[in-house]
Amino acid sequence: MTDDVRVRPCPDGPVLVRGAHALVDDDGRRHEITRPVVAVCACGKSSRAPWCDGTHKARPRRADG
Amino acid sequence: MLLPTPCGPVSGQMNDLMVGRTTRSTATRPTTDGSVIEDRDQQLALWTAYELSYRGFADVHPDREWDLEVLGLRAEIEARFERELRSVTRDRTGRVADDTPLGDELLDMVAGDEGPRLSAYLRRDATAEEMRDFLRERSIQQLKESDPQSFLLPRLEGAAKVALAEIQYDEYGAGRVQNLHQTMYARTLEAVGLDPQYGAYVEEVSAVSLASANVMSLFALHHRLRGAGLGHFAAFEASSSVPSRRIAAGLQRLEMAPEAGAYFDEHVEADSVHEQVAARDVCGSFVADHLSLRQDVIFGAACALYLDARSGTELLERWESGRLQDQAS
Repeated sequence: MTDDVRVRPCPDGPVLVRGAHALVDDDGRRHEITRPVVAVCACGKSSRAPWCDGTHKARPRRADG
Repeated sequence: MLLPTPCGPVSGQMNDLMVGRTTRSTATRPTTDGSVIEDRDQQLALWTAYELSYRGFADVHPDREWDLEVLGLRAEIEARFERELRSVTRDRTGRVADDTPLGDELLDMVAGDEGPRLSAYLRRDATAEEMRDFLRERSIQQLKESDPQSFLLPRLEGAAKVALAEIQYDEYGAGRVQNLHQTMYARTLEAVGLDPQYGAYVEEVSAVSLASANVMSLFALHHRLRGAGLGHFAAFEASSSVPSRRIAAGLQRLEMAPEAGAYFDEHVEADSVHEQVAARDVCGSFVADHLSLRQDVIFGAACALYLDARSGTELLERWESGRLQDQAS
Protein backbone atom coordinates (compact mmCIF):
# COMPACT_ATOMS: atom_id res chain seq x y z
CA MET A 1 0.00 0.00 0.00
CA THR A 2 1.44 3.39 -0.98
CA ASP A 3 0.55 6.66 0.69
CA ASP A 4 -0.92 8.00 -2.53
CA VAL A 5 -4.52 9.04 -2.36
CA ARG A 6 -6.45 7.80 -5.38
CA VAL A 7 -9.68 9.41 -6.51
CA ARG A 8 -12.14 8.05 -9.04
CA PRO A 9 -15.51 9.57 -9.98
CA CYS A 10 -18.27 7.05 -10.78
CA PRO A 11 -20.69 8.05 -13.57
CA ASP A 12 -23.94 9.34 -11.98
CA GLY A 13 -22.59 8.30 -8.60
CA PRO A 14 -20.15 9.18 -5.86
CA VAL A 15 -16.40 9.76 -5.99
CA LEU A 16 -14.41 6.80 -4.68
CA VAL A 17 -11.41 7.80 -2.57
CA ARG A 18 -8.74 5.29 -1.62
CA GLY A 19 -5.78 5.74 0.70
CA ALA A 20 -6.97 8.86 2.56
CA HIS A 21 -6.97 9.17 6.35
CA ALA A 22 -9.39 12.07 6.67
CA LEU A 23 -11.52 14.39 4.59
CA VAL A 24 -11.97 18.10 5.32
CA ASP A 25 -15.27 19.47 4.03
CA ASP A 26 -16.13 22.97 2.75
CA ASP A 27 -16.95 24.13 6.28
CA GLY A 28 -13.52 23.06 7.49
CA ARG A 29 -14.84 20.06 9.43
CA ARG A 30 -12.54 17.08 9.51
CA HIS A 31 -14.05 13.62 8.92
CA GLU A 32 -11.90 10.64 9.92
CA ILE A 33 -11.71 7.76 7.43
CA THR A 34 -11.57 4.24 8.85
CA ARG A 35 -12.40 2.11 5.83
CA PRO A 36 -10.10 1.30 2.90
CA VAL A 37 -12.33 3.08 0.36
CA VAL A 38 -14.93 5.74 0.91
CA ALA A 39 -17.65 7.01 -1.41
CA VAL A 40 -17.84 10.80 -1.27
CA CYS A 41 -21.18 12.36 -2.22
CA ALA A 42 -21.05 14.14 -5.58
CA CYS A 43 -24.76 14.93 -6.06
CA GLY A 44 -25.07 17.18 -2.99
CA LYS A 45 -28.22 15.40 -1.75
CA SER A 46 -26.77 12.93 0.73
CA SER A 47 -28.19 13.03 4.24
CA ARG A 48 -24.81 11.82 5.47
CA ALA A 49 -22.56 14.31 3.71
CA PRO A 50 -19.72 14.17 2.93
CA TRP A 51 -20.41 10.44 2.44
CA CYS A 52 -22.65 8.97 -0.24
CA ASP A 53 -25.86 7.41 1.12
CA GLY A 54 -27.31 6.25 -2.20
CA THR A 55 -29.69 9.20 -2.59
CA HIS A 56 -28.31 9.96 -6.08
CA LYS A 57 -30.24 6.94 -7.31
CA ALA A 58 -33.50 8.77 -6.67
CA ARG A 59 -32.45 11.48 -9.15
CA PRO A 60 -32.91 11.21 -12.91
CA ARG A 61 -29.80 10.10 -14.73
CA ARG A 62 -28.07 12.38 -17.19
CA ALA A 63 -29.49 11.95 -20.68
CA ASP A 64 -26.03 11.08 -22.00
CA GLY A 65 -25.18 8.91 -18.95
CA MET B 1 -24.68 -25.90 16.51
CA LEU B 2 -26.56 -29.20 16.18
CA LEU B 3 -28.27 -30.60 13.09
CA PRO B 4 -31.63 -28.89 12.62
CA THR B 5 -34.80 -30.94 13.07
CA PRO B 6 -35.92 -32.06 9.58
CA CYS B 7 -39.24 -30.79 8.23
CA GLY B 8 -39.95 -33.34 5.50
CA PRO B 9 -38.64 -36.36 3.60
CA VAL B 10 -35.70 -34.62 1.87
CA SER B 11 -34.27 -32.86 4.93
CA GLY B 12 -34.97 -36.10 6.83
CA GLN B 13 -32.92 -38.05 4.35
CA MET B 14 -30.15 -35.44 4.39
CA ASN B 15 -29.92 -35.74 8.17
CA ASP B 16 -29.85 -39.53 7.95
CA LEU B 17 -27.00 -39.36 5.42
CA MET B 18 -25.12 -36.93 7.65
CA VAL B 19 -25.12 -39.26 10.60
CA GLY B 20 -24.63 -42.40 8.49
CA ARG B 21 -28.08 -43.80 9.30
CA THR B 22 -28.80 -44.61 5.68
CA THR B 23 -27.28 -44.63 2.21
CA ARG B 24 -28.95 -43.23 -0.85
CA SER B 25 -28.73 -46.58 -2.61
CA THR B 26 -31.05 -48.09 0.01
CA ALA B 27 -33.20 -45.06 0.81
CA THR B 28 -36.43 -44.32 -0.98
CA ARG B 29 -35.98 -41.22 -3.05
CA PRO B 30 -38.42 -38.57 -1.87
CA THR B 31 -40.78 -37.25 -4.53
CA THR B 32 -40.26 -33.58 -5.16
CA ASP B 33 -42.58 -31.73 -7.47
CA GLY B 34 -43.19 -28.03 -7.77
CA SER B 35 -41.13 -25.08 -6.65
CA VAL B 36 -37.82 -25.70 -4.89
CA ILE B 37 -37.66 -22.05 -3.84
CA GLU B 38 -40.89 -22.42 -1.87
CA ASP B 39 -40.13 -25.88 -0.49
CA ARG B 40 -38.81 -25.55 3.05
CA ASP B 41 -37.96 -29.22 3.15
CA GLN B 42 -35.55 -29.08 0.19
CA GLN B 43 -34.13 -25.69 1.16
CA LEU B 44 -33.41 -26.89 4.68
CA ALA B 45 -31.71 -30.02 3.30
CA LEU B 46 -29.59 -27.84 1.03
CA TRP B 47 -28.74 -25.40 3.82
CA THR B 48 -27.66 -28.33 6.01
CA ALA B 49 -25.45 -29.76 3.27
CA TYR B 50 -23.83 -26.38 2.59
CA GLU B 51 -23.30 -25.73 6.27
CA LEU B 52 -20.65 -28.45 6.34
CA SER B 53 -18.49 -26.02 4.29
CA TYR B 54 -19.02 -23.22 6.84
CA ARG B 55 -19.25 -23.81 10.61
CA GLY B 56 -20.43 -27.43 10.56
CA PHE B 57 -22.44 -29.27 13.22
CA ALA B 58 -21.27 -30.62 16.55
CA ASP B 59 -23.14 -33.90 15.91
CA VAL B 60 -21.89 -34.48 12.32
CA HIS B 61 -18.43 -35.79 11.43
CA PRO B 62 -16.54 -33.11 9.43
CA ASP B 63 -15.70 -35.70 6.74
CA ARG B 64 -19.34 -35.64 5.65
CA GLU B 65 -18.52 -32.41 3.80
CA TRP B 66 -17.04 -34.58 1.04
CA ASP B 67 -19.26 -37.62 1.51
CA LEU B 68 -20.49 -38.77 -1.90
CA GLU B 69 -23.92 -39.66 -0.58
CA VAL B 70 -24.40 -36.19 0.92
CA LEU B 71 -23.01 -34.54 -2.21
CA GLY B 72 -25.26 -36.68 -4.40
CA LEU B 73 -28.45 -35.57 -2.68
CA ARG B 74 -27.16 -31.99 -2.58
CA ALA B 75 -26.50 -32.07 -6.33
CA GLU B 76 -30.04 -33.27 -7.07
CA ILE B 77 -31.56 -30.37 -5.13
CA GLU B 78 -29.08 -27.92 -6.66
CA ALA B 79 -29.98 -28.99 -10.21
CA ARG B 80 -33.69 -28.36 -9.56
CA PHE B 81 -32.94 -25.08 -7.75
CA GLU B 82 -30.78 -23.76 -10.58
CA ARG B 83 -33.33 -24.78 -13.21
CA GLU B 84 -36.05 -22.90 -11.36
CA LEU B 85 -33.84 -19.82 -10.88
CA ARG B 86 -33.09 -19.71 -14.61
CA SER B 87 -36.75 -20.07 -15.41
CA VAL B 88 -38.01 -17.33 -13.07
CA THR B 89 -35.33 -14.82 -14.15
CA ARG B 90 -35.63 -15.41 -17.90
CA ASP B 91 -37.76 -12.31 -18.48
CA ARG B 92 -35.27 -10.08 -16.74
CA THR B 93 -32.07 -11.53 -18.21
CA GLY B 94 -33.59 -11.42 -21.70
CA ARG B 95 -34.07 -7.64 -21.52
CA VAL B 96 -30.39 -6.86 -21.04
CA ALA B 97 -28.52 -4.99 -23.77
CA ASP B 98 -25.08 -6.23 -24.83
CA ASP B 99 -23.46 -2.88 -25.56
CA THR B 100 -23.80 -1.11 -22.17
CA PRO B 101 -20.76 -1.27 -19.88
CA LEU B 102 -21.50 -4.08 -17.42
CA GLY B 103 -21.13 -1.97 -14.26
CA ASP B 104 -23.73 0.52 -15.51
CA GLU B 105 -25.95 -2.33 -16.66
CA LEU B 106 -25.95 -3.93 -13.21
CA LEU B 107 -26.62 -0.66 -11.39
CA ASP B 108 -29.41 0.14 -13.88
CA MET B 109 -30.98 -3.28 -13.27
CA VAL B 110 -31.12 -2.55 -9.55
CA ALA B 111 -32.26 1.07 -10.00
CA GLY B 112 -35.03 0.00 -12.39
CA ASP B 113 -36.22 -2.72 -10.03
CA GLU B 114 -39.59 -1.98 -8.47
CA GLY B 115 -39.37 -3.90 -5.22
CA PRO B 116 -42.31 -4.63 -2.91
CA ARG B 117 -41.45 -1.61 -0.72
CA LEU B 118 -40.47 -3.68 2.28
CA SER B 119 -37.93 -1.15 3.57
CA ALA B 120 -40.41 1.74 3.15
CA TYR B 121 -42.86 -0.22 5.28
CA LEU B 122 -40.22 -0.98 7.90
CA ARG B 123 -39.33 2.70 8.08
CA ARG B 124 -42.85 4.08 8.47
CA ASP B 125 -45.35 1.44 9.53
CA ALA B 126 -43.88 -1.77 10.93
CA THR B 127 -44.65 -2.77 14.50
CA ALA B 128 -41.80 -3.86 16.78
CA GLU B 129 -42.88 -7.47 16.34
CA GLU B 130 -42.84 -7.15 12.54
CA MET B 131 -39.37 -5.58 12.69
CA ARG B 132 -38.20 -8.51 14.82
CA ASP B 133 -39.76 -10.92 12.34
CA PHE B 134 -37.79 -9.26 9.51
CA LEU B 135 -34.52 -9.40 11.49
CA ARG B 136 -35.13 -13.05 12.35
CA GLU B 137 -35.84 -14.07 8.73
CA ARG B 138 -32.68 -12.28 7.53
CA SER B 139 -30.50 -13.77 10.29
CA ILE B 140 -29.85 -16.93 8.28
CA GLN B 141 -27.90 -15.04 5.63
CA GLN B 142 -26.61 -12.11 7.69
CA LEU B 143 -24.89 -14.16 10.39
CA LYS B 144 -22.66 -15.55 7.65
CA GLU B 145 -22.60 -12.34 5.67
CA SER B 146 -19.73 -12.28 3.13
CA ASP B 147 -18.66 -15.85 3.88
CA PRO B 148 -20.07 -17.32 0.64
CA GLN B 149 -18.27 -14.63 -1.39
CA SER B 150 -14.95 -15.58 0.23
CA PHE B 151 -15.22 -18.85 -1.70
CA LEU B 152 -15.25 -16.77 -4.90
CA LEU B 153 -11.86 -15.15 -4.26
CA PRO B 154 -9.61 -18.03 -5.34
CA ARG B 155 -11.69 -18.39 -8.51
CA LEU B 156 -10.72 -14.89 -9.68
CA GLU B 157 -7.62 -13.21 -11.06
CA GLY B 158 -6.15 -9.73 -11.26
CA ALA B 159 -8.32 -6.64 -10.88
CA ALA B 160 -11.54 -8.52 -10.04
CA LYS B 161 -9.77 -10.39 -7.23
CA VAL B 162 -8.21 -7.21 -5.82
CA ALA B 163 -11.58 -5.43 -5.84
CA LEU B 164 -13.45 -8.29 -4.17
CA ALA B 165 -10.73 -8.61 -1.51
CA GLU B 166 -11.02 -4.89 -0.82
CA ILE B 167 -14.76 -5.24 -0.15
CA GLN B 168 -14.30 -8.37 1.93
CA TYR B 169 -11.73 -6.65 4.12
CA ASP B 170 -14.34 -4.00 4.90
CA GLU B 171 -17.08 -6.62 5.47
CA TYR B 172 -14.78 -8.48 7.83
CA GLY B 173 -14.28 -5.41 10.01
CA ALA B 174 -11.29 -3.69 8.32
CA GLY B 175 -8.97 -5.01 11.01
CA ARG B 176 -11.36 -4.45 13.93
CA VAL B 177 -13.12 -7.45 15.45
CA GLN B 178 -15.99 -5.34 16.75
CA ASN B 179 -16.70 -4.17 13.20
CA LEU B 180 -17.06 -7.66 11.72
CA HIS B 181 -20.42 -7.27 10.00
CA GLN B 182 -21.63 -10.71 11.09
CA THR B 183 -20.98 -9.79 14.70
CA MET B 184 -22.67 -6.42 14.24
CA TYR B 185 -25.77 -8.27 13.02
CA ALA B 186 -25.62 -10.57 16.05
CA ARG B 187 -25.54 -7.46 18.27
CA THR B 188 -28.62 -6.15 16.44
CA LEU B 189 -30.47 -9.39 17.15
CA GLU B 190 -29.47 -9.29 20.79
CA ALA B 191 -30.46 -5.63 21.14
CA VAL B 192 -34.02 -6.36 20.01
CA GLY B 193 -34.36 -9.43 22.22
CA LEU B 194 -33.67 -12.14 19.64
CA ASP B 195 -31.22 -15.04 19.83
CA PRO B 196 -27.89 -13.92 18.29
CA GLN B 197 -26.53 -17.45 17.91
CA TYR B 198 -25.56 -18.66 14.47
CA GLY B 199 -28.32 -20.84 13.04
CA ALA B 200 -30.69 -20.21 15.96
CA TYR B 201 -33.68 -19.62 13.68
CA VAL B 202 -32.98 -22.06 10.86
CA GLU B 203 -35.94 -24.23 11.90
CA GLU B 204 -38.30 -21.25 11.89
CA VAL B 205 -37.49 -19.12 8.86
CA SER B 206 -39.31 -19.50 5.55
CA ALA B 207 -38.24 -21.46 2.49
CA VAL B 208 -37.57 -18.18 0.66
CA SER B 209 -35.28 -16.98 3.46
CA LEU B 210 -33.35 -20.24 3.27
CA ALA B 211 -33.25 -20.00 -0.54
CA SER B 212 -31.89 -16.44 -0.29
CA ALA B 213 -28.98 -17.75 1.77
CA ASN B 214 -28.56 -20.96 -0.25
CA VAL B 215 -28.32 -19.23 -3.61
CA MET B 216 -25.07 -17.57 -2.52
CA SER B 217 -23.55 -20.93 -1.60
CA LEU B 218 -24.84 -22.51 -4.81
CA PHE B 219 -23.04 -19.87 -6.88
CA ALA B 220 -19.90 -19.61 -4.74
CA LEU B 221 -19.23 -23.32 -4.29
CA HIS B 222 -19.42 -24.12 -8.02
CA HIS B 223 -16.63 -22.83 -10.21
CA ARG B 224 -19.00 -22.97 -13.19
CA LEU B 225 -21.33 -20.47 -11.49
CA ARG B 226 -18.70 -17.98 -10.29
CA GLY B 227 -19.97 -15.31 -12.72
CA ALA B 228 -23.46 -15.67 -11.28
CA GLY B 229 -21.99 -15.39 -7.78
CA LEU B 230 -20.34 -12.10 -8.66
CA GLY B 231 -23.47 -10.70 -10.30
CA HIS B 232 -25.56 -11.73 -7.31
CA PHE B 233 -23.10 -10.04 -4.98
CA ALA B 234 -23.10 -6.78 -6.98
CA ALA B 235 -26.91 -6.60 -7.09
CA PHE B 236 -27.13 -7.52 -3.41
CA GLU B 237 -24.73 -4.74 -2.42
CA ALA B 238 -26.37 -2.24 -4.77
CA SER B 239 -29.80 -2.87 -3.29
CA SER B 240 -28.61 -2.37 0.27
CA SER B 241 -27.61 1.21 1.08
CA VAL B 242 -31.01 2.90 0.60
CA PRO B 243 -32.99 0.13 2.36
CA SER B 244 -30.43 0.13 5.19
CA ARG B 245 -31.05 3.83 5.72
CA ARG B 246 -34.80 3.22 5.91
CA ILE B 247 -34.45 0.26 8.27
CA ALA B 248 -32.17 2.26 10.58
CA ALA B 249 -34.85 5.00 10.60
CA GLY B 250 -37.54 2.40 11.36
CA LEU B 251 -35.56 1.04 14.32
CA GLN B 252 -35.19 4.59 15.59
CA ARG B 253 -38.92 5.28 15.15
CA LEU B 254 -39.72 2.16 17.17
CA GLU B 255 -37.26 3.33 19.82
CA MET B 256 -35.49 0.01 19.69
CA ALA B 257 -32.06 0.01 21.33
CA PRO B 258 -29.51 2.22 19.54
CA GLU B 259 -27.17 -0.78 19.16
CA ALA B 260 -29.81 -2.34 16.93
CA GLY B 261 -29.43 0.36 14.29
CA ALA B 262 -25.62 0.33 14.20
CA TYR B 263 -25.50 -2.52 11.70
CA PHE B 264 -27.81 -0.72 9.26
CA ASP B 265 -26.12 2.64 9.79
CA GLU B 266 -22.82 1.03 8.90
CA HIS B 267 -24.33 -0.43 5.72
CA VAL B 268 -25.57 2.91 4.37
CA GLU B 269 -22.02 4.15 3.90
CA ALA B 270 -20.31 0.80 3.41
CA ASP B 271 -22.64 -0.36 0.67
CA SER B 272 -22.54 2.97 -1.16
CA VAL B 273 -18.88 2.09 -1.66
CA HIS B 274 -19.36 -1.63 -2.20
CA GLU B 275 -22.03 -1.27 -4.86
CA GLN B 276 -19.72 0.81 -7.03
CA VAL B 277 -16.70 -1.43 -6.49
CA ALA B 278 -18.69 -4.66 -6.89
CA ALA B 279 -20.49 -3.62 -10.07
CA ARG B 280 -17.67 -1.78 -11.85
CA ASP B 281 -14.42 -3.26 -10.53
CA VAL B 282 -15.35 -6.80 -9.56
CA CYS B 283 -17.92 -7.64 -12.23
CA GLY B 284 -16.63 -5.20 -14.86
CA SER B 285 -13.06 -6.54 -14.66
CA PHE B 286 -14.24 -10.13 -14.52
CA VAL B 287 -16.35 -9.81 -17.66
CA ALA B 288 -13.58 -7.92 -19.48
CA ASP B 289 -11.48 -11.07 -19.03
CA HIS B 290 -14.35 -13.52 -19.55
CA LEU B 291 -16.67 -12.04 -22.19
CA SER B 292 -18.63 -15.27 -22.53
CA LEU B 293 -19.65 -15.10 -18.85
CA ARG B 294 -21.39 -11.72 -19.09
CA GLN B 295 -24.80 -13.38 -19.22
CA ASP B 296 -23.98 -15.43 -16.09
CA VAL B 297 -23.22 -12.24 -14.18
CA ILE B 298 -26.55 -10.78 -15.29
CA PHE B 299 -28.28 -14.04 -14.30
CA GLY B 300 -26.81 -13.86 -10.79
CA ALA B 301 -27.90 -10.25 -10.39
CA ALA B 302 -31.41 -11.15 -11.56
CA CYS B 303 -31.56 -13.95 -8.96
CA ALA B 304 -30.66 -11.52 -6.17
CA LEU B 305 -33.40 -9.10 -7.24
CA TYR B 306 -35.93 -11.88 -7.70
CA LEU B 307 -35.36 -13.45 -4.28
CA ASP B 308 -35.26 -10.08 -2.55
CA ALA B 309 -38.63 -9.22 -4.07
CA ARG B 310 -40.08 -12.64 -3.19
CA SER B 311 -38.94 -12.30 0.38
CA GLY B 312 -40.30 -8.76 0.67
CA THR B 313 -43.68 -9.76 -0.73
CA GLU B 314 -43.83 -12.77 1.57
CA LEU B 315 -43.20 -10.70 4.70
CA LEU B 316 -45.60 -7.91 3.74
CA GLU B 317 -48.35 -10.46 3.01
CA ARG B 318 -47.67 -12.32 6.24
CA TRP B 319 -47.99 -9.14 8.29
CA GLU B 320 -51.06 -8.03 6.34
CA SER B 321 -52.86 -11.29 7.06
CA GLY B 322 -51.74 -11.09 10.70
CA ARG B 323 -53.40 -7.67 10.95
CA LEU B 324 -56.59 -8.98 9.36
CA GLN B 325 -56.70 -11.83 11.87
CA ASP B 326 -56.14 -9.40 14.73
CA GLN B 327 -59.02 -7.27 13.49
CA ALA B 328 -61.27 -10.31 13.15
CA SER B 329 -60.61 -11.60 16.65
